[in-house]
Amino acid sequence: MGRITLEAVQKSFGPVHIIKGADLDIPDGAFVVFVGPSGCGKTTLLRLIAGLEDVSGGRILIDGNNVVDVPPAKRGLSMVFQSYALYPHMSVRGNIAFGLKMAGLPKAEINQKVEAAAATLNLTPYLDRKPRELSGGQRQRVAIGRAIVREPKAFLFDEPLSNLDAALRVQMRLEVTRLQKQLGTTAIYVTHDQVEAMTMADKIVVLNAGRIEQYGSPIELYQRPANLFVAGFIGSPKMNLIVGEEAAQRGATTIGVRPEHIAIVEDGGEGWRGKVLVAEHLGSDTFLYVDSGALGTLTVRCVGEKRLSAGDAVTLRPEPNRIYRFDANGNSIFT
Amino acid sequence: MARKVTGRHVVIATVGAWLAGFVIFFPILWMVLASFKTELEAFATPPSFLFFHWTTENYVTVQERSDYLHHALNSLIVAGGSTLIALLIAIPAAWSMAFSPTRRTKDILLWMLSTKMMPPVGVLVPIYLIYKNMGLLDTRTGLVFILCLGNLPIVIWMLFTYFKEIPKDILEAARMDGATIGRELIYVLTPMAIPGLASTLLLNLILAWNEAFWTLNLSTLEAAPLTTFIASYSSPEGLFWARLSAASTLAIAPILIIGWFSQKQLVRGLTFGAVK
Repeated sequence: MGRITLEAVQKSFGPVHIIKGADLDIPDGAFVVFVGPSGCGKTTLLRLIAGLEDVSGGRILIDGNNVVDVPPAKRGLSMVFQSYALYPHMSVRGNIAFGLKMAGLPKAEINQKVEAAAATLNLTPYLDRKPRELSGGQRQRVAIGRAIVREPKAFLFDEPLSNLDAALRVQMRLEVTRLQKQLGTTAIYVTHDQVEAMTMADKIVVLNAGRIEQYGSPIELYQRPANLFVAGFIGSPKMNLIVGEEAAQRGATTIGVRPEHIAIVEDGGEGWRGKVLVAEHLGSDTFLYVDSGALGTLTVRCVGEKRLSAGDAVTLRPEPNRIYRFDANGNSIFT
Repeated sequence: MARKVTGRHVVIATVGAWLAGFVIFFPILWMVLASFKTELEAFATPPSFLFFHWTTENYVTVQERSDYLHHALNSLIVAGGSTLIALLIAIPAAWSMAFSPTRRTKDILLWMLSTKMMPPVGVLVPIYLIYKNMGLLDTRTGLVFILCLGNLPIVIWMLFTYFKEIPKDILEAARMDGATIGRELIYVLTPMAIPGLASTLLLNLILAWNEAFWTLNLSTLEAAPLTTFIASYSSPEGLFWARLSAASTLAIAPILIIGWFSQKQLVRGLTFGAVK
């Protein structure tokens, strides 16, 4: 079991409030991603759960037990660090076995568990190598092996893929997700990459300046963002935000339209007029950056190849039921 | 663009490096050669380089006149003792400053280093008087104490830089893995810090072995290490180059041998932090 509940968790470093009261309920077996811009407190929140930092207020419950005074190792969690944090002087076997050795398990049992973890992660041929003799992806797998071998209540991942190159990152993303589903263990995953968050998570926690802005499934966040911050953060390219008369007409202070919800109307007609500033042709998609006068620069995503280039005049038509409205405080207005 | 390194550059650089190395090494070579000459040949002009009457009589004389082993033992005790005590104090100090620094840690480090900026002679009289009153003059204990204190700032600084290089994540990983502080020290930190500890130990040993100011001023015979032994050959009796050279060669031999075998560690120690 691994249900993790945060109740009004706060953390301050001196006068600086990093986490300003976080409430969260993570069900057993869920894959939850903490996402937010750098400095939003997502890593601090993870470290509070891990026990590497002490809370300044509030409670952290693991399966109903308050663990704020319990040392990290006794919380039954294991962590994968951004830097892998492998023990450089130990072999892969030694690294994976270390936690079990500290727990005082008999040698035969340790060996059997290490072999099993290594087999799951395709590390068997490397068991006797030192971390420095491994590639980045292999090191990452050792770090994950070290985490799974202890059969924890939950995994904590602190931006584990950020040191890998793009191709490997996609591959490891899949592997981590598959492994988590296979083990059925609760996982909390910190990242600043919203694509990683959208693809991996059962539920996403969007953090900003020490506050939880929204907690929900990826699709919920995409379709019903609670406020301007979430709307701007989730989705790539970013949502277009328009203020002024156009927004006022729709009874809002700000309106937002995602780039993929704007159509290019070839024959003129109703819509927002503008001029293409830059056209990015990706083959599968075309991204257009359009100067639309008073509306500002809008991003438009068209599926497939669009034969448009800088300077072309275009008419943009947003899908009417995909226009998000926000009030003066930046909160969503749902009808 | 990468700079082009041609064969000629390599040759020039190699010759230059050998030349510089030879110039630096020359006084030592000269000393060793002189120790095998007769007194007459030792200060002859023009000096003979290799073609002279080789003799070991200077070594015999030196050993007859003074007890080399007695001084060597003193050197060993003073250098070894001061180094070990300095490490015992410096390891926990550097440890706490590297892993749980406070706002004042930087200031403390700088303050410690600032003590090395004062010329030792500035405190010679007070130290001498304290030693005299405490009965520490010409004792090994006294020398161990002063050398230990003198080198402590450098030892702490070196260890601090080493420990700083150990990523905090690894310690946290060990904590997550359930290691207590004691086990973290034994299984994770110490093995990772061994290269740093070794080069600090070596460098400090050499510094203490060669330290001449305090050893000359605070010891005469009983506790006198090899520095005092060398100095006794440049005496009012006149200068005896060959004998002085023989004494010096004997004095530096042990540390030279240790240094030679631990070159790799030493270079790493001296350039540590400079290259990542």
